[in-house]
Amino acid sequence: MTTEAGSETEVKEKEEKPAAGLDQSERATAESQEAAAAEGDAEKEKDGKGISRYLPTWFKKQKSQGQTSPTEEAPSPEKPGGDPEEVPEVNGHAEEVEEREAVGPLRGQVAEKEAERQSDASADTEPAGEEKVVGGAEVAGEGGAGEKEEDEAEERAPAGDGQPSIFQSPLRLVRRSKMKLVVCHVTLLDGSDFACEVEKRAKGLFLFFKVCEHLNLLEKDYFGLTFTDHHEQKCWLDPTKEIKRQIRSNNWQFAFNVKFYPPDPSLLTEDITRYLLCLQLREDVASGRLPCSFVTHALLGSYTLQAEIGDYEPDQPRPLDYISQLTFAPNQSKEMEEKILELHKSHKGMTPAQADAQFLENAKKLSMYGVDLHHAKDSEGVDIMLGVCANGLLVYKDRLRINRFAWPKILKISYKRNNFYIKIRPGETEQFESTVGFKLQNHRSAKRLWKVCVENHSFFRLNAPEPPTTPRFLTLGSKFRYSGRTQTQTRLASTLIDRPAPAFERTSSKRVSRSLDGAPMISITEASRDATENGHEPHLDLHSDSKDHDKTQDEVLKHQASVSELKRSFMEAPPASPPQPNLWEKRLSSSPAAATRAQRPAAVPEKEEEAAAAAAENCDAKEVSKTTEVEIEETVVVREISAKAVVPEVPGQEAEEGAGLAQKKKKMKQRDSVSSESESDEEAEYQPNVPVSISRTQIPEEEEEQEKPPEEEVSPPARSENQADEKKEAEEPTATPGDAPNGPAQRQEADARPLAPPHQDHAPKVNGEAAAVDTRPQVICCSQPPVVKTEMVTISDTFAAQKTEIATKEVPIVHTETKTITYEAAQLDGSGDGEPGVLMTAQTITSESLCTTTTTHITKTLKGGLSETRIEKRIVITGDCDIDHDEALAQAIKEAKEQHPDMSVTRVVVHKETELAEEED
Amino acid sequence: MLTDFPGCSAGSIVSPCYLSACQGENMAGLMAAFGCYTHAIVRGVPTSLAKEALRTGQAEVDSSKAQREHDAYVHVLRSTLGLEIVELPADETLPDCVFVEDAAVVCGDTALITRPGAESRRRETEAVKGALKELNLNIVEMADENATLDGGDVLFTGREFFVGLSKRTNQRGAEILADAFKDYAVSTVPVLEGLHLKSFCSMGGPGLIVIGSSEPAQKALKIMQQMSDHRYDKLTVPDDLAANCIYMNLPNKGQVLLHCPREEYPESAKVFEKLKDHMLVPVSNSEKVKVDGALTCCSVLINKKANN
Repeated sequence: MTTEAGSETEVKEKEEKPAAGLDQSERATAESQEAAAAEGDAEKEKDGKGISRYLPTWFKKQKSQGQTSPTEEAPSPEKPGGDPEEVPEVNGHAEEVEEREAVGPLRGQVAEKEAERQSDASADTEPAGEEKVVGGAEVAGEGGAGEKEEDEAEERAPAGDGQPSIFQSPLRLVRRSKMKLVVCHVTLLDGSDFACEVEKRAKGLFLFFKVCEHLNLLEKDYFGLTFTDHHEQKCWLDPTKEIKRQIRSNNWQFAFNVKFYPPDPSLLTEDITRYLLCLQLREDVASGRLPCSFVTHALLGSYTLQAEIGDYEPDQPRPLDYISQLTFAPNQSKEMEEKILELHKSHKGMTPAQADAQFLENAKKLSMYGVDLHHAKDSEGVDIMLGVCANGLLVYKDRLRINRFAWPKILKISYKRNNFYIKIRPGETEQFESTVGFKLQNHRSAKRLWKVCVENHSFFRLNAPEPPTTPRFLTLGSKFRYSGRTQTQTRLASTLIDRPAPAFERTSSKRVSRSLDGAPMISITEASRDATENGHEPHLDLHSDSKDHDKTQDEVLKHQASVSELKRSFMEAPPASPPQPNLWEKRLSSSPAAATRAQRPAAVPEKEEEAAAAAAENCDAKEVSKTTEVEIEETVVVREISAKAVVPEVPGQEAEEGAGLAQKKKKMKQRDSVSSESESDEEAEYQPNVPVSISRTQIPEEEEEQEKPPEEEVSPPARSENQADEKKEAEEPTATPGDAPNGPAQRQEADARPLAPPHQDHAPKVNGEAAAVDTRPQVICCSQPPVVKTEMVTISDTFAAQKTEIATKEVPIVHTETKTITYEAAQLDGSGDGEPGVLMTAQTITSESLCTTTTTHITKTLKGGLSETRIEKRIVITGDCDIDHDEALAQAIKEAKEQHPDMSVTRVVVHKETELAEEED
Repeated sequence: MLTDFPGCSAGSIVSPCYLSACQGENMAGLMAAFGCYTHAIVRGVPTSLAKEALRTGQAEVDSSKAQREHDAYVHVLRSTLGLEIVELPADETLPDCVFVEDAAVVCGDTALITRPGAESRRRETEAVKGALKELNLNIVEMADENATLDGGDVLFTGREFFVGLSKRTNQRGAEILADAFKDYAVSTVPVLEGLHLKSFCSMGGPGLIVIGSSEPAQKALKIMQQMSDHRYDKLTVPDDLAANCIYMNLPNKGQVLLHCPREEYPESAKVFEKLKDHMLVPVSNSEKVKVDGALTCCSVLINKKANN
């Protein structure tokens, strides 16, 4: 890799993608070495369990940042993957890594998914040059390189750098080309419809995150998506499961709702969160779900008016006209409207945020605030309602509360067929526990109630979600557990939110909307969004692979164009995509990334098919493409170098194999965890008071993503992380019968499909690498001459490794593919690399958003009398195939440019990891 | 004591801010505290009370003494506490009419006109309703003929209602009350002994329940505690009947507690006297208690301040 671009050389705007010379050979070796090392570590780490699990990701990150040391010692290429712990400076990281890994298995599913998505996206991006290398190793390698660079670099860069990534919305970049995409319609709280496409197999979390991103919502744990099942029942979309398998009816219609009503909304961090809660409550109130008195209706209505239209203006023409078009109450009378107006007058001067806060202060005191009602019968067959809320379970007969079971009083919650039971802790005077039973309409209702109870209890009472029960074969009963963050965790996380209050418009009722909120803030988010959208739209329509491909390129061009502003740009693109087990096959094939790769021969099927792989790819590609799912972890490193741009080489590309293994392992693990979740409809138990063990059942995507980035930053540790992740993935294949909802389906698909590695599918036209190469240049090389592009694709055979790990023959083989593309300014790299320089300062900042994590590493170095500030940004985009990596990349570069106008981009490395699943034979 | 329910901001119970607890129409004035009253409806003591009023006991009532006690009671409300008094004339055909509390439940600006459990008392509501209308309260009537409710069975804590299911009050009556005051949780409490729920308990302050020490009283308290999302302190007094007191939070007066005097319930009075933050006003009630009338029974307290 090498290279650097003379800073002065201005890569004109179109040149964003300078190609950089890669030392492929070097890399390869490094990687291989690393891989080996990595393997071992990954395993170790797996076992590690840290308290950190409980900590919100952000928290962890921050911690990590603090710990991150300057990285003076350029990690030797070999090391990186290897032993994070051994590297002194990196200790902090290592720890983190461990922790993460521990978490890993649990969240594995999500991670995998995202990864897949990303892979797809990345594929698109790759048109330029792609190399397939085996998985995690590359990342590590990069890390190593990064460190070197960093050493040289001078410190600079505001902590703020990291932030943009938070706002980035990789999800938006989703690209649907090769996958079966489905349009989801989500009714938002303001009544508007948000349509987005998701891969057909996407899990609930993905869609949810997309929606949150669209809403610019960070405190999302209070919310959820609902759908109506075919029994006309409103159900919560399980984030950990495939959407398709939940909705069944093929009706991709959802609603974004508040799931856990915060008992004290004033503790929410952001106004936007409160605003959304207000919208939900307005709807609750207007529909009568949240009953309140005339006066309260009027009061709440007046705050709504104040928030939405601002101060009462006497000269407003016939206010009653517009007010009567708004619904404040189920039975809204003229009298009430007059009262609302009257009260509205008294709120003069109140800002929308204040009005919302007042609204919530009153609404939260309503007795039915946050109570989720379920019809039931008591033991004598009398109709009652069971209300689940933050404090426990309430029993109503008509409107009267006739009993109440606080969570601390409840020892166990269970359901069997249509019966719902709670076991009560004996009172002071009682000796024995008693069990109270209720009859629900049917077993579905009983299960739904049970789930809601489990979730509410976990959210409001636990510090951390309960781990799933240990997987057992052939066990009946649902192992469902709440998988999100608890209130405690989300509050902690919220305290770490550090962004300017996002501007948003209160348009809830399509009423006159004039927002009185503070001065409009232009947030990075918006900018990024725009960019994203632009890039995106064209793609959405495409379904055929070839087309997609083309478009992709187009997009890339566009992106580049946007990025073009960069004076010098280096792109390092290390795509690594490790093959995955069957589960993932589908995804792989369908993912755009896969397609891209397909063009290249690089993909090597492990066992028998290595040779055939390339050919197979082409042939199969089409078929596969439909189903393939790809997990991709993409790391985008954007480095800006002010004075002399020196591009260090990318050390480690080895470790691929190791990574592959790791992945497999992980997957296996994950599987287990997944299996634990399996539910039987018939019955299940949940013991709320069971002491919470340290582990969490599942960790939301965010966390994962967030966690990852830091790792990557410091190369050695980063490596380990990646590996860890991979492990998760790897584990999946082992899936036990009961497990993941997805599992079975995927497998089936996998079987149906020809062995061909997924990547191949999309690239109809291109067989060999050459072709691929050709293509890329066109796309990416808009830049000037100095740019050197290097690609390296390595496919490692993980099979052998896997064997050892997995006893069962049936276990799918995981192929790991890693691609690294480096674009560098061709200019002066010599100077940079050669001189070590003196490290003055180093700083690492990490921020993350939905599927991206940005780690900014700033180093100041003194070199030959010149001080050099080097900023290295690692942006990890994690996700399923839907992510448009091109866009993400372009945006990242653009942002980097914007943030440091006085600096130039010297190198961009795109590192892509994909897991390719092979079929079981 | 109540169990501590996380998430339910136990501490805030003591805070004076309650949603429309006593603040009348203009809820923007969230500062209105539990116990804020501006008006009181009272009614004269009919001479028929001594002989004809319903009672669970056998004691003979001294009619003139009852009258004197009642006058003293009204005097405290008007002069000592400065409330505006709406005094309804006694109706001799309604021997229990002095106990206006049973005829209406007022919370915020809504008044629920009850359907008393004793048939002989049903007409008592008419005059009370008229007075409440005069005060511009939103009147809700209990039309359902299956419903019965005595105001004496309704304990409003500032955050929720407890309705005693007693000889005078049934489930249906409680449901209607729940419909009338939708903002609040309404929980039912079986009243196993005594006439009304408030025959052995009442509010002694925000979040403070004064409770008798009898077993039924304690049992009822346990139920209330279990049913509530909020946490209440309790003040236990030896005598159930003494547990009925009147708490107010008045401008310029602060926390006021009308309670039984030493002469009637010495032990219980001592307990009240330990309250340091309250302005304590002993009020005699030795005669009316013989016909099951307690302190709270003799007035309907209203907060109209916000409405002006």
